[in-house]
Amino acid sequence: MSCCASHTFKRIYLILALVLLGFVLFSVLPAFAQDMTDEEYRPFPLIGSRNAAWIAAQLHLLFGSFILGVPMFAVIIEFIGWKTKEERYDRMAYEFIKLCMGAFSTTALLGGVLVFVLVWCYPKVLSKLSGIFGPTMIFYVILFFGETFTLYIYYYGWDKMKGRFKWVHLFLGVLLNIWGTAIMFVSNTWLTYQTSPATQFRKLSDSTKEKLTDFNKEEMVAEMLAHDPELTSAEAAAKVDATVISLHDETTGEFLGTVWDAINNFTWMPVNIHRLIGNIAFGGSIVAAYAAFRFLVAKSKEDKAHYDWMGYNGNFIALIGLIPLPFAGYWLGKEIYDFNNTMGINMMGSLFSWLFILQAVMIGVLFIGANYYLWSGMGRIKGAEIYARYRPYMITVIVICVAIWMTPRTLSKISSASELSAMGGSNHPHLGFFGLMTAKNTVVNIVILTTFLSFLFYRRSGKTPIVGWKGVGNILISAIFFLGVVVIVVIGIVGFTVETNVRVNVLTPWQVLVALGVMVVVTILDIIMYRKATMSGTINWGQMTDRSQYVLILLAITFTSLMGLMGYARSGLREGWHIFGVMKDTSVDAFTPSLSSAVNMVSIIMVIFFALVGFIFWLGLWGDKKKQAAVPVEAEATAESDA
Amino acid sequence: MRKPSLFTICFVIFIASWIFLRYIVGSLISVPIPNSVIVMYMALILIAILVHISVEDSRLSEFLRPIIETLVDENKKVRRIVLVVLIPLFMLGYTYTNIAQKAGPPGDPRDAHPSPPLELTYKDEVIEDVENPYRHLEKDNPEEFKSHVENGRRVYYDNCFYCHGDHLDGQGHFASALNPLPANFQDPGIIPNFQESFFFWRISKGGPGLPKEGTPWNSAMPIWEDHLEKEEIWDVILFLSEYTGYSYREVGH
Repeated sequence: MSCCASHTFKRIYLILALVLLGFVLFSVLPAFAQDMTDEEYRPFPLIGSRNAAWIAAQLHLLFGSFILGVPMFAVIIEFIGWKTKEERYDRMAYEFIKLCMGAFSTTALLGGVLVFVLVWCYPKVLSKLSGIFGPTMIFYVILFFGETFTLYIYYYGWDKMKGRFKWVHLFLGVLLNIWGTAIMFVSNTWLTYQTSPATQFRKLSDSTKEKLTDFNKEEMVAEMLAHDPELTSAEAAAKVDATVISLHDETTGEFLGTVWDAINNFTWMPVNIHRLIGNIAFGGSIVAAYAAFRFLVAKSKEDKAHYDWMGYNGNFIALIGLIPLPFAGYWLGKEIYDFNNTMGINMMGSLFSWLFILQAVMIGVLFIGANYYLWSGMGRIKGAEIYARYRPYMITVIVICVAIWMTPRTLSKISSASELSAMGGSNHPHLGFFGLMTAKNTVVNIVILTTFLSFLFYRRSGKTPIVGWKGVGNILISAIFFLGVVVIVVIGIVGFTVETNVRVNVLTPWQVLVALGVMVVVTILDIIMYRKATMSGTINWGQMTDRSQYVLILLAITFTSLMGLMGYARSGLREGWHIFGVMKDTSVDAFTPSLSSAVNMVSIIMVIFFALVGFIFWLGLWGDKKKQAAVPVEAEATAESDA
Repeated sequence: MRKPSLFTICFVIFIASWIFLRYIVGSLISVPIPNSVIVMYMALILIAILVHISVEDSRLSEFLRPIIETLVDENKKVRRIVLVVLIPLFMLGYTYTNIAQKAGPPGDPRDAHPSPPLELTYKDEVIEDVENPYRHLEKDNPEEFKSHVENGRRVYYDNCFYCHGDHLDGQGHFASALNPLPANFQDPGIIPNFQESFFFWRISKGGPGLPKEGTPWNSAMPIWEDHLEKEEIWDVILFLSEYTGYSYREVGH
């Protein structure tokens, strides 16, 4: 293209940008010109306050999740590289952190936008929250500084600290994770308090217990003993300790507890753990998608091999995070029921129940996709063909489990009147059982075990054990798998017949323990069996189908959508409250958006997120290209000067 | 006999799965499965087939071979013509069946379970204790507990069995005239999933007391607090679990 044509295009873009800016300013300024005194809400122009806060918060969270998740595994990979003295691990860890650096400033920027939106649109809510959580907000700023500087030193000092200072560098990596995790724990206090602003009596600080004159423990125990003489004092005291105590004055809404009482609410720790694990899975999936993209555009064999390997590791990390994630989510759900039964019913049986069907579909996509990638990966290992014969059975098991997980309990919304009449109600007499939690928990555990089996086959591919007891070992491993599945299914069936508290507190944890137990025991056996195994084939990195790379991108998209949708559930559970049961939402947005609106909004946010991520990654790529282009020029110049 | 192609095997599995769900499960083993659920299951089966054929390049080529042959081979002309006629006819039939006006009433879009209010009331009186006040008698005074259950039984057969049935299975005399159908307490997904206070709320406030979210509920349940004493409602709740053998969800679980 000629130089003039290029200038003309640039001018057109400039004019378009100015017109757009003018339009935005003219639309926005009138809203900002309103009286700001003592207002409870101020409208955000064009898209409304709720949508503005939603977009800013969700984007901030997605970027935040990425930059908190990636350093966790980057430091582990760096450690592996240090110990094994394999440079490729160090290079990959560095590449991960480079991606983090690009996303870090965007996270901070989006955090600033979120604060701006909240200050502008919801001044009273923010004032109430900052009144309670003021000290934590100062602490947050300190942590943020700590994280920023540690990340800078960690990234820029990568090459400088190689060699004998590597351990210092690794320590910085660990420190970075400590700052990051602490930041997330602190910010989680604010949002979990909005959902569950009460706590159990035993969790209260002594000073608050003294203040709560209506809740005198001795009196409550005495009352309970009078009511139920069969109780022992210890049992009565335990019951009092488990009583949910509101931390607010019933009439004024004034907060009565200490900061710690507000922090230590029902959903704080489950959300912390759920997000911590989720960050690993999300971070892994994003770097895998990045590697997939680089694989697809790579020209050289070396690049293809490197990005194939990076994508494999990203997916592996995502799987490591994905496997315990349902258990952490289950704990969060249990705590929500413990906090408020209505909220629990709203979540699983009423307002948000269909969201959990969507969740099942998406988690199904994640597990099917992750297995697909592993199976595709076996194509690049010579000697893996022997495991292909198990694949149809494994696909069948996964699909049946996902089908059960996806089956709704109540079919009234998706059935015609004649179908309802044929079923004799809104529950199918047989498939209806699949809609109950005991069935769903059972199949989740089986899907996890099947995915673990895929990984086991992948690990064994191309290797032949030399131990004499390999036949017995294989029979033992098969028996452990078989018994594990039988026990999980039997527990699941028993779950239909027992009281809910037995199912929730005894049976479900046992199912999880059995699944984890099978994985741990089989891993140990397999490691011992395949120690010093002979290699019948090497892994031909780079020999992957393009389809498998698109699956990695699909997994990242699914993770992002899932986070958005479940965020809608977590936040929407408050319904018409800014702070549940304490501060009513009286704005024009005081309604719960329908699932379809939420899906639309999450999709829009996802597109913005991937556009931003794509742009940041492209910038990194652009910088690399410039550097690569500069190297021959410099070399030429050096050669000329030498001559 | 020539071995069938991978495409044929996959096609047969797909059709056989549909027949299994539609006619074997939905007719011989159980009652019909709603079409939307069958579509969901079929989508999963399709995904499973696509996963199986596309994991390896060789298998994908094997799967695609008959399709490509049908499209380009000179000696497959008859097959091409048959498909050119059959595929549009199938699409036509499918489209017609889906968009043609049907005489049946629309489906019921109501939620699975209504959300109880944050505050439990009987008439205007706020009930502070969310546990059944007579539940503790089960341990403390079995005789008195039994009398409460008996009272619950009387209340049930005086008032509730017309719709909820002799056996508490939702098959009462009036049930067939009601939509939605009365609750079936024998279903393991009903009693164990809710606390007693939930039942107290549903009985005392009836259909008109259901929340405005998730409407239309169309529930024919009367407002029983206008006809029953508080104690009678708690008693009938005791009777429901005693008769069915199911325990309510405990407070805090």
